[in-house]
Amino acid sequence: MRQALTGTALTATNDFVVKFANVNGSGSASANELFARSILRMGVPVSPRNIFPSNIQGLPTWYEVRVSEDGYLGRRGGIDMIVAMNPETWEQDIAEVAPGGYLFYDSTRPLPPSAFRDDVTTIGVPLTAITNATYSDPRQRQLFKNIIYVGALSVLLDIDPKVIESLFGEQFKGKEALIDSNVKALNLGRDWAQQNLDAGICRLKVEARDKVGDRIFVEGNAAAALGCVYGGATVCAWYPITPSSSLAEAFASYCRRYRHDPETKEARYAVIQAEDELASIGMVIGAGWNGARAFTSTSGPGISLMTEFIGLAYFAEIPATIINVQRGGPSTGMPTRTQQADLLSCAYASNGDTKHVLLFPEDPRECFDFSAAALDLADRLQTPVFVMTDLDIGMNHRLCEPFAWDDAKRMDRGKVMTAEELEAGRDFGRYLDVDGDGIPYRTLPGTHKSKGAFFTRGTTKNAYARYSEEGSDYVENMERLLRKFDTAKGLVPQPIVREADSPTRYGALYFGSTSPAMTEALDRLQADGLLVDAMRLRAFPFPDQVRDFILAHDKVFVVEQNRDGQMRTMLSTELGIDPARLVPVLHYDGTPITAHFILGEIRRRLAQYHVVPLERAVS
Amino acid sequence: MTYITKPKLHHPSLPKNSVGFTRRDYEGRVSTLCAGCGHDSISASIVQACYELAIEPHRVAKLSGIGCSSKAPTYFLGASHGFNTVHGRMPSVLTGAYLANRELIYLGVSGDGDSASIGLGQFAHVMRRGVNMVYIVMNNGVYGLTKGQFSATADKGSVAKKGAVNNDSGIDLASMAILMGATFVARSFSGDKHQLVPLIKAAISHPGAAILDVISPCVAFNNHKGSTRSYDYVREHNEAVNRLDFITGQAPITAEYAPGTTVEVRQPNGTTLRLAKIAPDYDPSDKAGALAYIQEKDREGEVATGLLYLDSDPHDLHGNIRTVQAPLNSLDEETLCPGSDVLDRINAALR
Ligand SMILES: Cc1ncc(C[n+]2csc(CCOP(=O)(O)OP(=O)(O)O)c2C)c(N)n1
Ligand code: SF4
Ligand SMILES: [Mg+2]
Repeated sequence: MRQALTGTALTATNDFVVKFANVNGSGSASANELFARSILRMGVPVSPRNIFPSNIQGLPTWYEVRVSEDGYLGRRGGIDMIVAMNPETWEQDIAEVAPGGYLFYDSTRPLPPSAFRDDVTTIGVPLTAITNATYSDPRQRQLFKNIIYVGALSVLLDIDPKVIESLFGEQFKGKEALIDSNVKALNLGRDWAQQNLDAGICRLKVEARDKVGDRIFVEGNAAAALGCVYGGATVCAWYPITPSSSLAEAFASYCRRYRHDPETKEARYAVIQAEDELASIGMVIGAGWNGARAFTSTSGPGISLMTEFIGLAYFAEIPATIINVQRGGPSTGMPTRTQQADLLSCAYASNGDTKHVLLFPEDPRECFDFSAAALDLADRLQTPVFVMTDLDIGMNHRLCEPFAWDDAKRMDRGKVMTAEELEAGRDFGRYLDVDGDGIPYRTLPGTHKSKGAFFTRGTTKNAYARYSEEGSDYVENMERLLRKFDTAKGLVPQPIVREADSPTRYGALYFGSTSPAMTEALDRLQADGLLVDAMRLRAFPFPDQVRDFILAHDKVFVVEQNRDGQMRTMLSTELGIDPARLVPVLHYDGTPITAHFILGEIRRRLAQYHVVPLERAVS
Repeated sequence: MTYITKPKLHHPSLPKNSVGFTRRDYEGRVSTLCAGCGHDSISASIVQACYELAIEPHRVAKLSGIGCSSKAPTYFLGASHGFNTVHGRMPSVLTGAYLANRELIYLGVSGDGDSASIGLGQFAHVMRRGVNMVYIVMNNGVYGLTKGQFSATADKGSVAKKGAVNNDSGIDLASMAILMGATFVARSFSGDKHQLVPLIKAAISHPGAAILDVISPCVAFNNHKGSTRSYDYVREHNEAVNRLDFITGQAPITAEYAPGTTVEVRQPNGTTLRLAKIAPDYDPSDKAGALAYIQEKDREGEVATGLLYLDSDPHDLHGNIRTVQAPLNSLDEETLCPGSDVLDRINAALR
């Protein structure tokens, strides 16, 4: 094409990163997803990530696809090929490509040589020209241009066109005309590339493998919504906020499919779009008080609004499930970027001495499991339970283990006294610690004609729920709430440990969406002979083994995606750990954390501690 | 002081209603509100209405916000579950409770501060949604519990401490409710049992969003200048303690008058309230007419009382979203969980 490449072109099979630079609202999202899915169908793991603006149309948007035969699903860092479809971001996009990488662009309009890089292979395809020669309708031109570039890319990367065609078949099932027109556009791109591009121009290749197994490809928000369906949630109250909106919408859509009475067609659920988050959490609490399983999904600003109510639910001991799909900062913060920065605001949300149960899913499969589990835990513990996901898990398709459900499993409705028990004369004190686990018994409104009614309020009460401002009643109640929190330790998902090859003084703690990048970083450390034990936290309160793990190491890296090391703060205050033992590794620019970043940080620290790699034993 | 239990001494000759309860069975704990507080009179009317309707007390759920008014549910229907929620947010909690179990009777109790100030948003939306409930605002024009500040229903031009004049327009909750879609809107006066009890009964029987704006004088915080019971006086003369026990008890203010007539009620703050009871031939089904009527009376310096608006074919939240007849809180795994076979199919579609 143009001048000779300086340096060597990147060569890789099933291990590279392609980034698409598009304009929001141009229909590129479904074409890019098609690209990712087609590689997946060839048995090669991919992990795509949307990097999108807070905008509906016109602003730049990116889609980064990591192809990894080894199955690394975290963001790798670095770009091997850019599909530069947005002139606005051209310069920044080109600059990001690794030396030896590739630039794929629409070459319809000639660009000056200064627009290109010497150390990057340029692949121009006149997409606009091809599109305009075939289609006259502006909408068609826009949509099919995207499919045409997928066609050209499939030739360059050796993606099997049959796979793409079968994906069209599934997507447009029953709409033959749409299948045909998409196949036609695909072939326009393929034909042009085959006829005009050097066969060896691109050395990034996809080869069919069998590395995907029976894993599924799904967004965390859809998975969490499905978990709520399976977990028996009947009330969902929400208020739209990115990146959580698609969760409530998915719940409504699953319910439309699976929750209607087959005869009457009536709904076995209620989804209410509330007027704000104050109302959505209020509805959840009202429903929980009255014995229905209820949840809300929101993000940071919503949590801020909910805090007074969260305190009420904590003190009045009402089950509530809150799924927080975390994002950056305030409303004008980074609403379309990911973070793990609401830990403290959720763990200690509200007035007075409060502590809440938090669950940290690592991927969509755990979003499903933990959402269902949260409904059980909320009922069992009679308290708000947070599922702390984030935009990275929630709004991106992620490869994960298939969902599983044991049909023998029953909902754990917790300690609810029945009319029969009341009738039999069982003593009922709403806030009595009968079993010594801090969890009292409750009754639901309407249970019994004359027994078991009580007045629910915050803390001005005694164990029989009667009005009291006595200090001793208050203290007794607060102590019981602590016992209950202690009980929670044994009920929440326990941490998962990955030990280094031999004993080591260094450990690492991580949680949530950091998981895939961390797994990769740990593999690399291991390969380099650097010994680090790792523990993935899955819940707060921290089970005792978290403390044991930390105390068994001199230094423990705490890897998290926020500025202030919020998990580190919680670990040191809750477990009484000397903060000097906990080394913060913090990534918080709004992009998902990368293995590259974690590795760099841990290596650098280990070097400071004069750690030398273990000599690999010769076997 | 913690709480006062009312002695449960049942006089054997107390009459029982058709479900076997005496009037006493509808009472709650002894009130800790100021003697003569209008809120207590409203509680008494609620007791009377439930007794007369022969409602089983445990079939009622009482929910309230925060304020003296919102404390009131402790003082009636002791055999019902109650929930003192947070300030201004009772409507959302009640909505959630109603979603969970459509079979109970929901009684929302609130104050003018609770509903018209901090809670105006939730007030509006709960009416819009057609939640099947009786929403009672114990409206005294002040914040009782925080000691006498103006609330948003205080009339424009009314005088507060140190002669400060309320320059903001007062909010008329009855008109608001009509505009927002409530299907039963009434106004009454705490001291007029003859009007109030039937209105509460009618509201309970109404299968949609029913609201009662009940004017309920606060005997503790009367804000007119120079009064020894004024908020200013209490502050100036009782700076160090500033406690409610400074207030001496008063007899509740009552007013009973015939439909179609007007009565003047002296309020604790020295002002006069002119209540105009709607005539028997008033047509409550005319929405625009109801709004006009309220405005007209307001122009004449009168507060219209009675059943102001009624939609006899009301919409209701459960009907709107077509939920099953069984309470949602009674559904089990069989009906809620689609099961592993369905999950396998979902998995297959995600590959
Ligand atoms: C979030 C919040 N802000 C402020 C308060 C303090 N507060 C308690 S009661 C009240 C006003 C209540 O007025 P109203 O609803 O008219 O009830 P009343 O006491 O007059 O019956 C206020 C402001 C509170 N409890 N919560
Ligand atoms: S302060 Fe006013 S509203 Fe509160 S109890 Fe006393 S009289 Fe009633
Ligand atoms: Mg008031």
